[in-house]
Amino acid sequence: MHMSDALLSPEVGASLWAGAAGAIALSSRRLARQMDERMLPLMGVMGAFVFAAQMVNFAIPGTGSSGHLGGGLLLAVLLGPYAGFLAIAAVLMVQALFFADGGLLALGANVWNLGVYPCFIAYPLIYKPIAGSAPSGARRAFALIAAAIVGLQMGAFSVVMQTYLSGRSELPLGSFALVMQPVHLAIGLVEGIVTAGVIGFIIRERPEIVARMNGAAAAGAWSGRVIGAIAIATLLIGGAGAWVASERPDGLEWSIEKVAGSGEIGSHDSIAHRIASALQGALSFMPDYSLKGSTKQGRGFDAGASMAGILGSLILLVAAFCLGLALRRRKGKAGR
Amino acid sequence: MEMERGYYALGYLDSLAYNDTLAHRLDPRAKIIATLLFVIAVVSYPKHEVSALLPLAFYPMMLMMVGEVPARYVARKLLVLCPFALMIGIFNPLLDRQPMIEAMGIAISGGWLSFASIMLKFALTTSAALLLIATTPFPAICEALDRLFVPRLFVMQLMFVYRYIFVLIEEAMRMVRARRLRGFRGEGLAMSEFTSLAGVLFIRTYERAERVYQAMLARNYSGAMSTLRELSMSASDWAFLAITTAALVLIRAYGIAAVIGRAAL
Repeated sequence: MHMSDALLSPEVGASLWAGAAGAIALSSRRLARQMDERMLPLMGVMGAFVFAAQMVNFAIPGTGSSGHLGGGLLLAVLLGPYAGFLAIAAVLMVQALFFADGGLLALGANVWNLGVYPCFIAYPLIYKPIAGSAPSGARRAFALIAAAIVGLQMGAFSVVMQTYLSGRSELPLGSFALVMQPVHLAIGLVEGIVTAGVIGFIIRERPEIVARMNGAAAAGAWSGRVIGAIAIATLLIGGAGAWVASERPDGLEWSIEKVAGSGEIGSHDSIAHRIASALQGALSFMPDYSLKGSTKQGRGFDAGASMAGILGSLILLVAAFCLGLALRRRKGKAGR
Repeated sequence: MEMERGYYALGYLDSLAYNDTLAHRLDPRAKIIATLLFVIAVVSYPKHEVSALLPLAFYPMMLMMVGEVPARYVARKLLVLCPFALMIGIFNPLLDRQPMIEAMGIAISGGWLSFASIMLKFALTTSAALLLIATTPFPAICEALDRLFVPRLFVMQLMFVYRYIFVLIEEAMRMVRARRLRGFRGEGLAMSEFTSLAGVLFIRTYERAERVYQAMLARNYSGAMSTLRELSMSASDWAFLAITTAALVLIRAYGIAAVIGRAAL
């Protein structure tokens, strides 16, 4: 469920970038102040461990499909929320670059959806209260499964909201959520079982590792300030969303049109006009990009102007191509 | 087998970054900022815009050519990565069937336009991110981030993840291969098998982290990141950044492509 640049509007993408960057800055500051120095390589190498473990697929019983570990919750439980969050954020960033998973603008959304929820919501608010201080195996497993499900449900719903608020996709909020949430219920269940299995294995084989890691991670114990920061960021995102909805009628109004008034021709016409004028507004800085009278086709669009745009693009791209060739040749000569 | 493929893909991309071309010699900070500006310019277009997006292809195209990144590699990568955008985008033509433009007597619905726009944006932003890493070694990106005020602790995490993914993926691959050699059943790993495999890998990773820490201490780790070469923005780096920004502004805000097209017509 990696978000993609192509589905985001700049407003939504930027707000989530701000939220993710804030969480990273906060976690870094907090850890830098009170972290055991040994944690430094431990976090990074554990990030690499999650990266490697994600590449091992396993069969999901009864479905014939295969899955892999997510790892956010695992890192939060073993390293503490702050260190776990930084490690998973680093993993997501390396993946965004090396696997081009999603893209650079969507990186903020992905860190938010897959990092903030498991580390700062699911771990402190679900896992901790259920598991308590010295949980039995079954209780720990139950807590992990519940936390994984909650984290992934929130992440999946965020993907739905981000897609919807960006207004690039026509998918109605309700039906998109109806597909995403149940699918991620299953994924959350698997994630919880696998996380519980891995942590159970480590505790069985090498209990001292978990004890030592928790000791080192104690400095990163969770505090209420994070919730405050998250609340502020959420408000920010919500505000940006509302702003997008009011500034960009094309996304919201079409869905409103679909839900509410499909039969009445009169209202339909006025919506079409409003959209046409919105399009005109968006295009107004382009000289001579005119809109045809939008009577027959609803939202008119001048094909001639589009042709001019395409031709101009081709000319520009050919010019860039030649420039690229020239720069390349110069490099070749310099090499020799 | 899938793991091996992922591992080699990772290594191949990493090896591209150590080429030596004009694109590779640019300061990583300039490339990071230019790429971010480019991505913002791309996604800022309204949802039905298709033709106006085309001229923006100049940026990935030039990086690809100057950086000598094989076009077939980029194309194959885009194909592999497209499913998510495709899966979400494909609903647009189904949900929005109102005709929006007419080209040569064929009416094209708004849904197809917005779908084409999503896919084009996907290709542009993904190739830009791909070309950034294909022309910049990851340690240089980390150094640039450090200089761009990203918290040092986080930059060090990126370094550690990058340094150890290759080691740990190799380790995981050995374990999966060893199990496959000794197993009598098919390839698939059951969930319980995965948890013990990941558990063993975790314990080995933990022990490795302790050795890494010892090694850092032995080499007089002081909390600073030391590099042999200091980053410095040269005139050509500034020129690259200025020209890219100017081109993006001309294309995005002034629709320069349409102006040229009209002049040519």
